[in-house]
Amino acid sequence: MRGHERPYLFILGAPAVVLFAALFVIPAVRLLVVGASGDEGIAAYLAVFTHPRYFSSLVSTLALSIGVTFTALLVSTIAGLFLTRHRFPGRDLIVGLMTLPLAFPGVVIGFLVIMLAGRLGLIGTISMLLTGHKIVFAYSLGGLFLGYLYFSIPRVILTVMASAEKLDPHLEEAARSLGAGPWRVARDVIIPGLMPALISSGAIAFATAMGAFGTAFTLATNLNVLPMTIYTEFTLNANIAMASALSVVLGLITWGALAAARSAAGAGVAAAG
Amino acid sequence: MKRFSLGFALWCGFTLCVCAFLVVPIVLSIMAGLTFNIFQGITSGLTLTWVFKVWDLYRDTIWLSLLIAVCCLGCDLVVGVPAAYVLVKAQSRTARLLEELLAVPIAVPGLALALALIQTYGAFGGFRKSWTFILAGHVLFTLPFMIRSVIAVLSSIDLQALEEGAASLGASFWQRLWGVVLPNAMSGIVAGALMVFTLSVGEFNLTWMLHTPLTKTLPVGLADSYASMRLEIGSAYTLLFFIMIVPMLLFMQWYGRPRTQRVAAAPVTEL
Repeated sequence: MRGHERPYLFILGAPAVVLFAALFVIPAVRLLVVGASGDEGIAAYLAVFTHPRYFSSLVSTLALSIGVTFTALLVSTIAGLFLTRHRFPGRDLIVGLMTLPLAFPGVVIGFLVIMLAGRLGLIGTISMLLTGHKIVFAYSLGGLFLGYLYFSIPRVILTVMASAEKLDPHLEEAARSLGAGPWRVARDVIIPGLMPALISSGAIAFATAMGAFGTAFTLATNLNVLPMTIYTEFTLNANIAMASALSVVLGLITWGALAAARSAAGAGVAAAG
Repeated sequence: MKRFSLGFALWCGFTLCVCAFLVVPIVLSIMAGLTFNIFQGITSGLTLTWVFKVWDLYRDTIWLSLLIAVCCLGCDLVVGVPAAYVLVKAQSRTARLLEELLAVPIAVPGLALALALIQTYGAFGGFRKSWTFILAGHVLFTLPFMIRSVIAVLSSIDLQALEEGAASLGASFWQRLWGVVLPNAMSGIVAGALMVFTLSVGEFNLTWMLHTPLTKTLPVGLADSYASMRLEIGSAYTLLFFIMIVPMLLFMQWYGRPRTQRVAAAPVTEL
């Protein structure tokens, strides 16, 4: 950068800095202050661990998000490897269809879960025909799991496929010629090769699931996940300080997960997520 | 060549099941929006009644969503593209730090961002009640995507050589920016613009907190119809949303295809 360009760069960069300060930095500081302004003061930030209700909300959100993440990683790796290894007519269409849900908001995904597992849903209709018993689980944690899986799979599968394209097929051939069976090859060659992609896309799925609000909002407002708890504290209980403190904690968890994955997987891979 | 074994059949079947899991609910929803009576099923006949009904009830939300998306894109272009250029040019530590900081809103749930905005600007009644409050939230959430998309392209080309070439021919700073940098950044700008527009039209978490009864966007209307209207109306409304969003997505895929290596899109973690 030549010295005389400096003033120009300041002029060009200033609007972004001002906007970012006004929309993010100042509100974030305000959120931190409000979070500590309730009856409990600064201890509100620990309430998520000390209050049984918030703690159980945190635990169920973590369990759900971790469960969804690992299921999505498993499912997407199997399907993603198939789609990278085999060329067949309609393959591009399938891959294209699988990326559609990337742009669906959480509310729409909640509605799609109702279509699948709601009172008039496909699963209920089929189970009614087969067993005479209607299976409906859209409005419970099961429905939430299905919804979170729905939005996680496309996020993971694209990253896995991009990474699987770059795997060196010679390594697998070498392993096979040395007598390794398919499971050994998967465990010792394919999984380690995909690891950076699995870490970065897993973190994305985890962070998305932790913060997801729209899906739970559509399915049932009494689901005990952290974003719903924050929403309830804010709107119904008007406990604004606690809602702020909890959302700061939630933000730290999602940001921390993404940052940790980025340093673990290497910046180059994370950027491809 | 490949042997058709049991393992292969299972693998193939599993993949098709995953695809079906993602696609079947979309098809169900579209069909439900076009079915005369969902309780009787598809045999009750197909109709556009529900779509017209949704148009009557909710068309304002569609216009507002489009207005906000266009304004949001405008803000991101005016503010984000120059910022991306500055961040690529300035190789200082501050610039790297700023780049990291600018990406934080992507990693924080929309609910937290919305609560922060409400508590900072909620007292400004005129701003709080108007659609520009939602716009502010959308700009905050989408700006990092535009900046990242442009940075990805600008840092993949030899900007310095191009600029020095232009400067040696007598081009001023602004001439270089307009005539050299912008055309070269165009693929990143277009990819970022598509992303921003799609995200803004579909944004719910922030919008739900920031909206008022008079400023309902499309996703807010969707949530409203899911909660209070019959299933056919919710489905028909979702169908209208698909009709708006899917062409954008297809265009994004088509446009991004040859450049996937260069334009590394930032991950969307907000739902």
